[in-house]
Amino acid sequence: MKKAGRRKGKVVIPGFGITMGITVSMLSILILIPLASVMAYSFKMSPFEFVKLITKPGVVNAFATSIGCAFVAAVINAVFGVMIAWVLVRYDFFGKRFIDGIIELPFALPTAVAGITLTKMYSDNGFLGKALERIGIKAAYTKIGIIIAMVFIGIPFVVRAIQPVLEKLPKSCEEAGLMLGASRAVIFRKIIFPEIMPPLLTGFGLALARGIGEYGSVIYISGNSEKNKTQVVSYIIMQKLNSGNVDYEGAAAIALILLIISFIMLFAINIVQHVASKRTSA
Amino acid sequence: MYVEMKGICKKFGNYEAAKNISFDIEKGKLVALLGPSGSGKTTILRILAGLETQDEGDVIIEGKVINDIPASKRGIGFVFQNYALFRYMTVYDNIAFGLKVQKMSKEKVHERVMEMISLIGLCGLEKRYPDQLSGGQRQRVAFARAIAPNPQLLLLDEPFAAIDAKVRKELRSWLKEMIRKVGITSIFVTHDQEEAVEVADDIIIINEGNLEQMGTPSEIYKHPETPFVANFIGTSIVLSDLSGFKGFEEIEKGKKVIVRPEFVEAFKSDNKKFHDLIPAAEEGVIEKIEFRGSYLEVTLKVGDVRLVTNRSLERRSISVGEKMYVLLHRIYVFDEGTAQRYKNSLLKDVDIELM
Ligand SMILES: Nc1ncnc2c1ncn2[C@@H]1O[C@H](COP(=O)(O)OP(=O)(O)OP(=O)(O)O)[C@@H](O)[C@H]1O
Ligand SMILES: [Mg+2]
Repeated sequence: MKKAGRRKGKVVIPGFGITMGITVSMLSILILIPLASVMAYSFKMSPFEFVKLITKPGVVNAFATSIGCAFVAAVINAVFGVMIAWVLVRYDFFGKRFIDGIIELPFALPTAVAGITLTKMYSDNGFLGKALERIGIKAAYTKIGIIIAMVFIGIPFVVRAIQPVLEKLPKSCEEAGLMLGASRAVIFRKIIFPEIMPPLLTGFGLALARGIGEYGSVIYISGNSEKNKTQVVSYIIMQKLNSGNVDYEGAAAIALILLIISFIMLFAINIVQHVASKRTSA
Repeated sequence: MYVEMKGICKKFGNYEAAKNISFDIEKGKLVALLGPSGSGKTTILRILAGLETQDEGDVIIEGKVINDIPASKRGIGFVFQNYALFRYMTVYDNIAFGLKVQKMSKEKVHERVMEMISLIGLCGLEKRYPDQLSGGQRQRVAFARAIAPNPQLLLLDEPFAAIDAKVRKELRSWLKEMIRKVGITSIFVTHDQEEAVEVADDIIIINEGNLEQMGTPSEIYKHPETPFVANFIGTSIVLSDLSGFKGFEEIEKGKKVIVRPEFVEAFKSDNKKFHDLIPAAEEGVIEKIEFRGSYLEVTLKVGDVRLVTNRSLERRSISVGEKMYVLLHRIYVFDEGTAQRYKNSLLKDVDIELM
């Protein structure tokens, strides 16, 4: 008791000081300092230059392409991600563990490898590209190609967000719906969907954010044509750093906009989740 | 008969969870499915509901075989053990769910939901979410949700299991009253015999997938048909050797004998009321006295045998080590699955029930 008296004011669970210290340092080194430097660089421009740069048609088009394609890809991922998670949680079939294992492949694979492989598959002489060509769809070097790449890298976010929630969902909730005379469709819409809505939003948001900033897997299949509007934002940034006279400020300015978009999205997701969780807990 | 189960068998892999279960239930009855954990009660209830498919046998409601009718079309209300309320719906929407599914008009839904909410005494809480309710309140909502669409049969799986002992007693009588009020045929699962005896009109006793006995609580108590039932209902002591007990000389050694506290009378040697019965009694010593609230549970040692009796608090006080006369006036003897009641042969002319 004496000891407790002396240690008054300390947190009960030991190790708070050191872990908190490491956490703050890590956050600073890995996230805050780089972010601050992005801002610092971009603020070297005058506001006028800044606006002029980011309203250039090429830059605006790149943002439109990145955001538009990422959004479509995230929607596709939301739909198929729910299905994949559902199948993996609810049914037992041969090879289930294998499929479950390769869900993370897009995370593990170097994005350049994914990009080159996808390009090969969907180009005019790749086997998927040929098949699509026959029904009049050109995938490689178009926005469709960009979307395909973004679907590929975004799918794990949705599946992995929903899976644990579906696993935890008691079967009796669905059975209660059945006993009250509801059809399968109504049970899914009214009982299961509200449960997976918050994680689905998280998965959707993460897939969207990842898609908007994606570089490695997209640049090969996109073709990066200014004329066809298949340049993505990351490509523009890279271009500014690659060309003869390196334009740090310009790259940083565009990066800043990306950063702001990411923050807004994270913020929005958090608000939606907060509201959703408020509905169920006292 | 309103609800009938005929020769229901169900296997999970190699495990037989229900073995040739048959019973029927009259309209309007409140029936308990009673048995130890893992005996197959839930399985039987779920087969009746259509949530599980039997391997053999028929489920019949109002004379119609409903084996092939899916759960959602059976029109049976079901209260789940964990209530299974819809977390993302308010109390109102939970209760309205089954009504909306039937495409009932909005006004009618509102009317019925409000009627249900006042029936379960939760007026003013209709906008709450399940997480904002107490366990007892949740159970009431689950009950209201199940009966709102006016099912003809209500099934409840351990409706009181998740509630603490004190509230459970209240809810028990509440539920019984509600079911009476609504007049719905109901079957509930429990492993608590006190609960079954208190609430149910009829009890079905299940053990290891077998139906052991069905009857009113007093029938089951007074005339157990199997050793399992005799042992499971009431507090019993199982003995295998009664030789040496006066009045039971005819019982063969090795037969399974069950003695209940009510079958044992212990009295002091100067007790005038029991004086004439001393020749039929044994001498014993009090080994343990436990206070049970409204009576004492007294353990006596008679020879090598321990017997338990309940003693009214109104009677004279006793103490551990005290010598008393112990009269065993009745026993159950089981022989190859049949139960027989034996009376102490020295008490042939005494009416024990009047003692
Ligand atoms: N889906 C299932 N798969 C395999 N075995 C099962 C399944 N459901 C039940 N069983 C088995 O069948 C037996 C009866 O189970 P049941 O749930 O009917 O018991 P219960 O009487 O309701 O028990 P409790 O009082 O513990 O709820 C148990 O041994 C259980 O392990
Ligand atoms: Mg059970």
